[in-house]
Amino acid sequence: MTRSAITHGTGAPETSGAAAISPKARKRRKARASWTPAWVAYLQAAPMALVFLLFFVLPLAATFVVSFWNYTEYSIVPAFVTTNYSDVFYGCAASLPSLCTTFATYLSTLKFVAIVWVATLLIGFAVAYFLCFHVRTLPMQIALFMVCTIPFWTSNVIRMISWIPLLGRNGLVNETLQSVGLIDAPLEWLLYSDFAVALALIHLYTLFMVVPIFNSMMRIDKALVEAAYDAGASGWQTLTNVVIPLVKPGIVIGSIFVVTIVTGDYLTIGIMGGQQIASVGKIIQTQINFLQFPIAAANAIVLLAVVLLTIWGMLRLVDIRKEL
Amino acid sequence: MTDKTTTPFSRRSLLKGGVAVAGLAATARFSSFPTPAIAQEPVTLRYLSTAVNQSPGIAAKASEDLGITIEYIAVTTDDVAKRVITQPNSFDLVDTEYFALPKLLPSGNIMGLDANRIKLADKIASVLRNGTIGGKKVGMDGTAPAETLYLPSEKATEFAGEETGFLTLIPTTYNADTLGIRPDLIDGEVTSWASLLDPKFKGKAAILNIPSIGIMDAAMAIEARGDMTYGDKGNMTREEIDKTIAALIEAKRAGQFRAFWTDFNESVNLMASGEVVIQSMWSPAITAVRTQGIECRYQPLAEGYRAWASGFGLPPAIGEREKDAAYEFINWFLSGWAGAHLAKQGYYTAVLDTTKEAMEPYEWAYWFEGKPAEQDIMSPGGQLLEKAGATRDGGSYEERMGKVACWNAVMDENIYMIRKWNEFIAA
Repeated sequence: MTRSAITHGTGAPETSGAAAISPKARKRRKARASWTPAWVAYLQAAPMALVFLLFFVLPLAATFVVSFWNYTEYSIVPAFVTTNYSDVFYGCAASLPSLCTTFATYLSTLKFVAIVWVATLLIGFAVAYFLCFHVRTLPMQIALFMVCTIPFWTSNVIRMISWIPLLGRNGLVNETLQSVGLIDAPLEWLLYSDFAVALALIHLYTLFMVVPIFNSMMRIDKALVEAAYDAGASGWQTLTNVVIPLVKPGIVIGSIFVVTIVTGDYLTIGIMGGQQIASVGKIIQTQINFLQFPIAAANAIVLLAVVLLTIWGMLRLVDIRKEL
Repeated sequence: MTDKTTTPFSRRSLLKGGVAVAGLAATARFSSFPTPAIAQEPVTLRYLSTAVNQSPGIAAKASEDLGITIEYIAVTTDDVAKRVITQPNSFDLVDTEYFALPKLLPSGNIMGLDANRIKLADKIASVLRNGTIGGKKVGMDGTAPAETLYLPSEKATEFAGEETGFLTLIPTTYNADTLGIRPDLIDGEVTSWASLLDPKFKGKAAILNIPSIGIMDAAMAIEARGDMTYGDKGNMTREEIDKTIAALIEAKRAGQFRAFWTDFNESVNLMASGEVVIQSMWSPAITAVRTQGIECRYQPLAEGYRAWASGFGLPPAIGEREKDAAYEFINWFLSGWAGAHLAKQGYYTAVLDTTKEAMEPYEWAYWFEGKPAEQDIMSPGGQLLEKAGATRDGGSYEERMGKVACWNAVMDENIYMIRKWNEFIAA
């Protein structure tokens, strides 16, 4: 009794206090599983957000704004004009059915995107498949994977330029073919041609396809493959019904890498194409060199829109978030 | 950085020295005051130009002779102009081409140099001052230095068009460009610019992908071929641009060009590897091919040369100390040693008399008089350029500069031209 009385006596304010606090606390606990205050999460995300804001969002916003400005030979003038965009598509309607500069450039870029995408996908898939299903031990897989990355220890440009002595008129390939007697005159189309550009792009960007596909493949439960075999599926059926559907996210991620990089690439196209093949990047560079920043900005925005549309299209095919 | 830290320091010393505050406000008047505080630290001049013009030898010698530290900022031709316009505070001295002036001057980021402070201003080569050599007029198509050398006043944004007391740029180097060829891979002689578009060299020709210069080389070739004549190759009308680009597209589709180049080194590689046997080229590139032991000639052509000139300009934002140092450096530059140093790389120099004094007689005879070399010709770095007995392609100074047909230029229709050029690249 005494105890209860005491409990009761001292307990009264306690319970009333607890009653006052606990619903709030309970609510808070229900909303989040963590004891850390909400703002900590924002703080943790802040550095990256800040970097993004400073080096991505702001420059992009500036590019967008400037694309509506006016310009002279030596200055850019704040304004709101759409002439830069109409200049980008100058003559596109009038010159039909022949293509205007912008359409011709995008068509040429699209051609390279298609060639490079198909080639890197086939090669990338094959390499990843070999690494994943044919190489049996993990150390060997890692070792071979590292071998794939070795060329990437040197610079992009050097890997590209090293093709030139190979493919040139007096290059290794031509000299070998001539000495063997297969050809009489050097093959001109080996260098400074569509072929050279496609070759260099495929060489440079296949790894971007290998990595995500390999990553997706390694996650496939081997039991699934066994089950397919047990159920009587042929090798081809297993590939098309089990492996490919499961590595789809890897394929899409790899494709996004390759497609976006090739669309914006102008260095490879410039060097391997002998600057005779147009690319959007080169057009932008020329305009910037002549201080035509607004039209260069407009071109960049159009390029960005094209790339975003492509990615959007690809993501419509496969919902990466669901698959991951 | 030195300049930024010293400026307030010297101002404060001046205040202590009892100089009126009114004088402080009018910073432009500073140079007339004798200021003992100024001599304490060596001045640094941030020297903006292309890498080709930035000889470490010149910086070392300037530091030795004048106590001025030269800090080179190396960028590409286009970037020099871009930087002058977008970052006028980032340099104290710019070495840029005259053809950039129609863009730079209206921006207000280049100020006139006072001829009274340049000792040898009236000794600058006549071809630059009034477009004559030995009294004979040279071609003035394009942005000729003679038309852009003078300003009516220090802060003017338009050219004077006649000799005045203010100069836009003090010439550093200039030269006459022509086609480079590989005589060992070519049958017969090349005598005309028309060869650049001659189907004989199908798949073995190259042109520069710097629109303003490339289109002039094309125009030289098209005019030489007899297809059309230009009013002013350096300032084409829209119709002329259309026709020129149409001719270029036709040649490109026929497979005339092996490649285009933008970087000096690309032209060296194209030529040295034999990918290209005839192309637009710059003089130091020819030298670079030759030092690899490969035959290469800077072929003089019947229609003449496309010339260019480069010179020192000052930004209006320059500090007083730096301005004094810049004038001192420019005077030193014209006084001989630097000129000789550059002339030994094949450039021509602003003041020929002082260059001659600073060179060995056999060097002067080879580089400027077109005579066979009495001794082996060495580069400033001590590399063998030519064996004794060789003569310079194109001959003497008078022969080469006297046959200038046009100058590197920026056209009035520049924006239109670049759009058409991009069309050519995309074709």
